Amino acid sequence: MRGNHIVAEAAIRAGCRFYFGYPITPQNEIPEYMAEALSKLKDGVFVQAESELAAINMVIGGSMAGARVMTSSSSPGISLKQEGISYLSALELPAVIVNMCRGGPGLGNIAPAQSDYFQATRGGGHGDYRTIVLAPSSCQELAKLTMEAFDLADIYRTPVIIFADGMLGQMMEPVEFPENTNPKSSPPKDWTLTGAKGRPGRAIRSLILDPVLEEEHNWKLMRKYERIQKKEVRYETFLLEDAKMVVVAFGTAARIARGAVKRVREQGLKVGLFRPVTLWPFPGTVLGELGKKVKLFFVFEMNMGQMVEDVRIALGGDGDIHFYGRPGGIVPTPLEVSRIISSQYLQKRL
Amino acid sequence: MLIKTIFSGFGGQGVLSMGYIFAYAAMVDGKNTTYLPSYGAEVRGGTANCTVAISDEEIASPVASSPEFVVVMNNPSLFRFQNVVHSGGIMFLNSSMIEARPIRGDIELFEIPANDIAKGLGNEKVVNMVMLGFFIKKTGLVSRDGVEKALGDAFSLKGKAIVTLNKKAFMEGHTFD
Repeated sequence: MRGNHIVAEAAIRAGCRFYFGYPITPQNEIPEYMAEALSKLKDGVFVQAESELAAINMVIGGSMAGARVMTSSSSPGISLKQEGISYLSALELPAVIVNMCRGGPGLGNIAPAQSDYFQATRGGGHGDYRTIVLAPSSCQELAKLTMEAFDLADIYRTPVIIFADGMLGQMMEPVEFPENTNPKSSPPKDWTLTGAKGRPGRAIRSLILDPVLEEEHNWKLMRKYERIQKKEVRYETFLLEDAKMVVVAFGTAARIARGAVKRVREQGLKVGLFRPVTLWPFPGTVLGELGKKVKLFFVFEMNMGQMVEDVRIALGGDGDIHFYGRPGGIVPTPLEVSRIISSQYLQKRL
Repeated sequence: MLIKTIFSGFGGQGVLSMGYIFAYAAMVDGKNTTYLPSYGAEVRGGTANCTVAISDEEIASPVASSPEFVVVMNNPSLFRFQNVVHSGGIMFLNSSMIEARPIRGDIELFEIPANDIAKGLGNEKVVNMVMLGFFIKKTGLVSRDGVEKALGDAFSLKGKAIVTLNKKAFMEGHTFD
């Protein structure tokens, strides 16, 4: 199945019945699939909105009413949705937002890139907030993480971003959908706006004029983010046991890096791979521990160097960091990356 | 065993379907596979290509550094990919459309006049399946049953006649020598 179709199918299997979006390459197969699949379901709602801004505000509405809601877009469209994502965070509303990232800035192109890392992991819109950011690196993981995203969103009442790229959206791999996760794991939604008949009225708003109350709201959000940082860090390691050099990469870049690591292992170089699955919360503590043992880190991204800053913070001065990036939608080959890895490795006489 | 193949040609020659059917057949055969299409502002007459990896083990990267096989359907594809093929690799060339030949001596070359064969079947559109039949006969990477299942599933919405025609085209390529 194609990556974009997998995201859509996984969302429906996770109980998503509301999709609002606006077309943009390279994620158009998500609304395409959603339009057909949701129209066949009795309770399915699909709207191609008049703009990205409208779509994200429809997401806010659907979420307020208690539904599992999703929207998807690609870089420029995600920029337009940032206002709504800030509101979702302030209002503590669950939602899943998919970014099939493309080359930027501006309109850029439609080729795969990872240039929205900062935007995804630093909140993206205005105000003090973070969003959970999941970075799949295979079609199988697109299925798994999309389904989990809905649970995480409900559990923490916060927007969750699936951060992939054009390559993951367009490529096909065989996929097995996981069993539907237990919806009971999500807390009951006792805050939704569903009409106040027979109960006191509720209000959900983000305008808090009193600075004292606004500060308290910010601290409340912060405590939630701390809980997420404690409980939801995810990462994957590959051949780390005896590694003298560690490659750090996520998403599509991690896929290429894995091929490169396999190549340099054939040459006898002791190189392993560390792949953050959650970009926020970033697995910084684990990486910091690793920095006590390993002296050389190689960060590879399809941008000009964004996650490398989180790696630097995590290592806190331990170990050397070498960065290699290809921005603009260029997808390097494993051979290219393996050459740079081995030249670094040999130069440092590891 | 990890084998990567690039299929390349004009948009409209069915290059992406060729790769898709091949990857689908590999899946039916129980192999690991990835299918990575070039996508973009491709239109009929533009260039299109896709990379298919198949393996008994997990596939690390769907991107090919130097593919073992490359299938070229038109002249620009030949020039673009002739230097990418792994040394000792094989190029499959559509001799109906391509006059030039690769300048490398370290790769093997298999030729088939795929368009002429497809014309002989009364529909030039199935040129891709002729080539795919030829490719699979020579490489033996996937089973014929796998391809038949893939064709049946992929073209099921287009009706029986289309499935039959494509299977026939596949067999024409498969038996070409």
